[in-house]
Amino acid sequence: MSDPIRVLVAKPGLDGHDRGAKVVAIAFKEAGMEVIYTGLHQTTDAIAEAALQEDVDVIGLSVLSGAHLAITRSLVEKLRARGKTDALLVVGGNIPKQDRDVLIELGADGVFPTGSRLDDIVSFVRAKMEERAHE
Amino acid sequence: MSKPVRPVVLESGIEVKPVYGPEDLAGIEFANDIGEPGQFPYTRGIHPLMYRARPFTMRQYTGFGTPAETNERFKYLISNGQNALNVAFDLPTQMGLDSDDPLAEGEVGRVGMAVDTLKDIEVAFDGVPIDRISVSLTINAPTVILLAMYLAMADKRGVPMNEVRGTTQNDILKEYVGRGAWIFPVEPAMRLIGDTIEFCSQHAPKYYPVSVCGYHMRESGATPVQEIAWAYSIAKAYIQHGIARGLDVDDFAGRISFNFNIFGNLWEQICKFRAARRLWARLMRDEFGAQKPETMQMKMLAGGGGAGLTIEEPENNIVRGSYYALISALGGAQTMALCCYDEAYTIPTPRAQLISLRTMQIVADEIGLSDTVDPLAGSYYIESLTAEMEKRMVDEMRRVDEMGGMVQAVATGQIQTIAARQAYEFERAVESGELVKIGVNKYRSENPESGEVELHPYRQAAVDEQIARLAQVRRERDTELVARTLRAVRDAAEKKQNVMPAVLDAVKAYATTGEITKIFKDVYGVFREPVIL
Repeated sequence: MSDPIRVLVAKPGLDGHDRGAKVVAIAFKEAGMEVIYTGLHQTTDAIAEAALQEDVDVIGLSVLSGAHLAITRSLVEKLRARGKTDALLVVGGNIPKQDRDVLIELGADGVFPTGSRLDDIVSFVRAKMEERAHE
Repeated sequence: MSKPVRPVVLESGIEVKPVYGPEDLAGIEFANDIGEPGQFPYTRGIHPLMYRARPFTMRQYTGFGTPAETNERFKYLISNGQNALNVAFDLPTQMGLDSDDPLAEGEVGRVGMAVDTLKDIEVAFDGVPIDRISVSLTINAPTVILLAMYLAMADKRGVPMNEVRGTTQNDILKEYVGRGAWIFPVEPAMRLIGDTIEFCSQHAPKYYPVSVCGYHMRESGATPVQEIAWAYSIAKAYIQHGIARGLDVDDFAGRISFNFNIFGNLWEQICKFRAARRLWARLMRDEFGAQKPETMQMKMLAGGGGAGLTIEEPENNIVRGSYYALISALGGAQTMALCCYDEAYTIPTPRAQLISLRTMQIVADEIGLSDTVDPLAGSYYIESLTAEMEKRMVDEMRRVDEMGGMVQAVATGQIQTIAARQAYEFERAVESGELVKIGVNKYRSENPESGEVELHPYRQAAVDEQIARLAQVRRERDTELVARTLRAVRDAAEKKQNVMPAVLDAVKAYATTGEITKIFKDVYGVFREPVIL
C-alpha cells in the first residue's frame, strides 16, 4: 500500500463561496485521500506556503468570483518561488470555456468548472498521481 | 390492490403519499392553525388582501463595475417597471477594502459595484427616485458604513432619516455558514448589528436594518426545513441581543425581515413559507411576548433559486425561473427576485435581467396569481405538509438550542459542518440521478453548454476610473475633519458605544470604507474560521 494522496483544498482571495470547495474536499476524503482545507480568504502566498509546509501532492484551487486567471497566475509564481513545483494543480469554479486552456497554459494540470462530476475530479487526480508514480 | 409506487421523499425528509384526503387534516384546527389572511397566525399571508391590494415588490439583484455603470442599469430596470432595487457590491466593498488596496486587485467591480466613499453612493443613486423606490443593500460585515452612507446620501437629497425606506442585509451569522463575507469575530459582529438595530429603531423607524437569510444557508446545503429553522435561530439571537440592550421587542423585531430561497420541490417550498409564517407568529407571541401584530408578521423576500439553476442548457433556467416565481407568489412573498438564466456564467446581461423582470410581471399581472389570497389553502396535501414542516422546523430549532444557540453553533463550526456534509450528499444524489435535474442527469444532450451566453466583460478601465475617483476624493476632502471623525469612530468602538453616530460623521467627511473597517479590525480583531470537514 502506498501512502495516501495529500491534497490541499484552497480558497484564495475575497470570494466566500465555499460550498464547492467543501464538497470536493469531502469527496477527496471519502476517496481515502488526506485533505487539508485552508478556509476562506487566503492569499496565494499563504496557499503556496501551506502547500510547501504540508508537503501536498495536489492543490485544489476554488474560485467563483471570476478572478481565477489572476489568482492562478499568482499562485504558480509563488509556488515556483518556493521551489514547490511537484504538486498537481487543479482549478475549479465558475470558469468560462475560453479560460480553460488559458489556465492550463498558466500551469494548471486540470480544470473542473461548475457542474463537473465529483467522480471525474477524483479519478483525474488518482490517474495523474499514478502516472507520476510511474514516471 | 394497486401496484407498489416509487417512494417520494422530500429534501426535508418527509415522505409524500400518492393521495391525500380528509384524514390528513386530523389535528389541524382552522381557527388556530390556518385562520384568515392578515390574522394570527398568518399562515395564509400577512395582509388581508395580499396581492389583490398590492402585488409583490420586484427587486432584482443588480450591480457591477463603477457606481455610474450600476446607476445606468438601475434606471434601465426602473424604466421597465421594476419598483425596488437590490444592490450588489463587489467583494472588496463587502470585505471592507478600498479599491486601491492590494488585496482588492482583480476584484474591483467584478461581482458588484465598488463603493469607497459617500461619493460613490451619491453617483449610484443619482436620479433614482429614492423616496418611492425602496433600496435594499446586500451588505453584511461593513453594514454600519454602507448604511451610514445611504442615510447621508438620502439626507443630502432631502429625504430625512425618519422617512428613509429600505433594507440592509446585515445578517452576519449566516455569512459564517454560507457566502463567507465575514470580517470580525462573532461577538463584536453581533454588537455592530445591535448598533444598527438600535440606531434605526430610534432614528430611522421605516428602515429594515436586518434581513435574515435562510437563502444562503440553503444554497450551502441546508434543507428547506433547516433553512427556516436556522434563519429563525439567527433571528432569535439578534432579538435576544436587542432585548439585552434594553429595547422593547415590539419596537424593533417587526423591522427584521427575511430572505428565503425558492428552488427545489414546488409543494415543499410553498408549504415551507406557509409554515414559516405560522411558526414566526407563534414564536414572537409565545416566546418573546410580542404584542403588536407587525412584530408577529413574517415579512420576506422569496427569490433567487441560484442552486437550482444549471450550467447545462442555460435556457432551461428561464423555465425554472418562471416556476420559482410561481412558488414565491403562491408562498405569499412580499418581495420577489429571480436569479437570471445566465447567472451561472456571468453578471446578467440587460436582456437576461429583463426576462427575469418580465417573468415576475407575467406572474403578477397576466396569469391570475394576484386574484385571490393563498389559493392553495384547504388542500389536503398543502395543509398536511405545512403542518408537518412546521413541526420539523420546531425540532430543528431545538437542535440548534442544544448546540448552545446559533451564535455558539457558528462560532464552533457545527452548523457549517452539517451544511457541508449535506451539500456533498446533495451533489451525490444529483450525480446518481436520484435527484433529477433535466439536461444534467436526465435527457442530457451531447453538448450541454450553450454558446448563447454573452459574458459580461471585466473592464480594467472601470477599475482605473474607480481608483482615480477615490484618489480625487482623498485629495479634495478635509483631511483634518476625516482624522477627527475617524478618531471618534475608534473611540466609540473601544468604549463599546453605538458606533453609528460616529460612522455617520466619518462618511459625511468622506472617510473611506477601508479606513473605517481598518479601525474596527484594530479594535475587534478578525474572525478565525473553524475549519472542520
